[in-house]
Amino acid sequence: MFVASLAPAVYLSWEAYAGQLSADPLSTYRNEIGVWALRFICITLLLTPLRKVTRWNLVSPFRRMMGLFAFFYATLHFVTYVILDRYAGLVDYPGGYFSAATMRKLAASVADDVVKRPYITVGFIAFVLMVPLAITSTTGWIRRMGGKKWALLHRLIYGTAIAAVVHYWWLVKADITRPEIYAAIVAILLAARVWFSVRRSAPRSASGHGRQSVPG
Amino acid sequence: MLIKKPADIRSSEITPKTVYQTRREFIRAAGMVTGAAVSVGVLAKGAAVLHAVQPAAHGRKLPNVKPNPTYSNTNGEVKNTWEQITTYNNYYEFGIDKDQPAELARNFKTDGWMVDVSGECAKKGKYSLDDILKGETIEERVYRHRCVEAWSMVIPWDGIPLANFIKRMEPTSKAHFVKFTTANDTKQMPGLRSDVLDWPYVEGLRMDEAMHPLTILVVGLYGEAVPNQDGAPIRLVVPWKYGFKHVKSINKIEFVEKQPLNTWQRQAPNEYGFYANVNPEVDHPRWSQATERRIGEFFKRKTLMFNGYGDQVASMYSKLDLKKNF
Repeated sequence: MFVASLAPAVYLSWEAYAGQLSADPLSTYRNEIGVWALRFICITLLLTPLRKVTRWNLVSPFRRMMGLFAFFYATLHFVTYVILDRYAGLVDYPGGYFSAATMRKLAASVADDVVKRPYITVGFIAFVLMVPLAITSTTGWIRRMGGKKWALLHRLIYGTAIAAVVHYWWLVKADITRPEIYAAIVAILLAARVWFSVRRSAPRSASGHGRQSVPG
Repeated sequence: MLIKKPADIRSSEITPKTVYQTRREFIRAAGMVTGAAVSVGVLAKGAAVLHAVQPAAHGRKLPNVKPNPTYSNTNGEVKNTWEQITTYNNYYEFGIDKDQPAELARNFKTDGWMVDVSGECAKKGKYSLDDILKGETIEERVYRHRCVEAWSMVIPWDGIPLANFIKRMEPTSKAHFVKFTTANDTKQMPGLRSDVLDWPYVEGLRMDEAMHPLTILVVGLYGEAVPNQDGAPIRLVVPWKYGFKHVKSINKIEFVEKQPLNTWQRQAPNEYGFYANVNPEVDHPRWSQATERRIGEFFKRKTLMFNGYGDQVASMYSKLDLKKNF
């Protein structure tokens, strides 16, 4: 699983390096890595409903790994954007390419873009929401926070998923077919959670004594 | 020292051994199947990419192409390669991805191509390529090409001034605009099956823009017949305007009184206008137009007003608010 999850990044990096990823390899690389981030977000969101439907606990071991891969691809996507779109677009590099002044200018350029361009804003929100999830993904953090609090915090992934789809939708020039597909997938995965929670609470309120249920 | 409290009941006592062993096998199998599926998907996509980025094969040489240095002033900027120009195309009739036209337009047949000329002119009728090129010298013009998506190339086009053709059609005094239409051949253009744009693709120029000496009807690239993915057999090039004005595979030219509604303006009027002059000071609502990436370069360049052709074209827009008429 680990190797398979890493394969797109390795493959795309090699393609970009070999100059075979279109005539504008770096932009294609940035876009494809971004789509992979969204795919891994979807895979992560799929695992819990899959466990509930199949009643097998076979998917949980992968959930953390898939979530961390989503974060890995999102980070790669963000870093590529910062270097390719912001750094390469500074035009002037005061005091040299790696000077403190250039780095300050780069930070200002990223901040400007995040504030000014709505699709960048939502993309950035999607990324930032993943940071606490990645930090608290260890077993130690689950224990420290307590399962309930931890699970609540990790619902931030729903926000990430929605923001990521909006980000994709808003950047497309004309053909929104692909963003629509991801919007549908995310909508189904979130609806499944609503459905499970309604189904779980329904018999409790009807009969007065609830079934034992496992938080998830 | 941390002493782990033993579990009250061992999990092996709850779940029958055969069941959890089967589960473990299932986990392993599911993992492998998923991994294999992802790998196959990546490889298939990769193979598709490799297949699609094949540049156009070198084709028919155009006879007697004469370089025109007067209109090829790109300040020594390096020309983009044949490969770059023929594998990175926005041509939605042949797919929305930039590598798709190279693949999907490969078998596009343009034999017997006719351009239908109509509207406010004396010489209405259907013209073949030979008719259009009769008595003309095909000139090589090395132009900057700036896409509205903020990338650019330097391209050696071969063509004739549009003005020469227009004069021969004898437009009337009512001809204030020229409207161009791309072929709408559903049998040959798979992209038309998608309703991503309102087909057929329509573009237009004001008469003075159409008559400007920089505006050319292109039939060639690097001295060869223009490849299918770049708009064979005949396309428009207006170097001071964004690429979407450069309508490809033209089969209809109309002289009209009123400003035509061009396809991208119809699609998103807040993002794309009729004029579409390259302008670093007027941003696209979603991205900056101040800089551009020249295909093949890492560091972006400053975008030039009117794509660097300001001293030749700016006077046409002296009375126009370019912020409103983007």
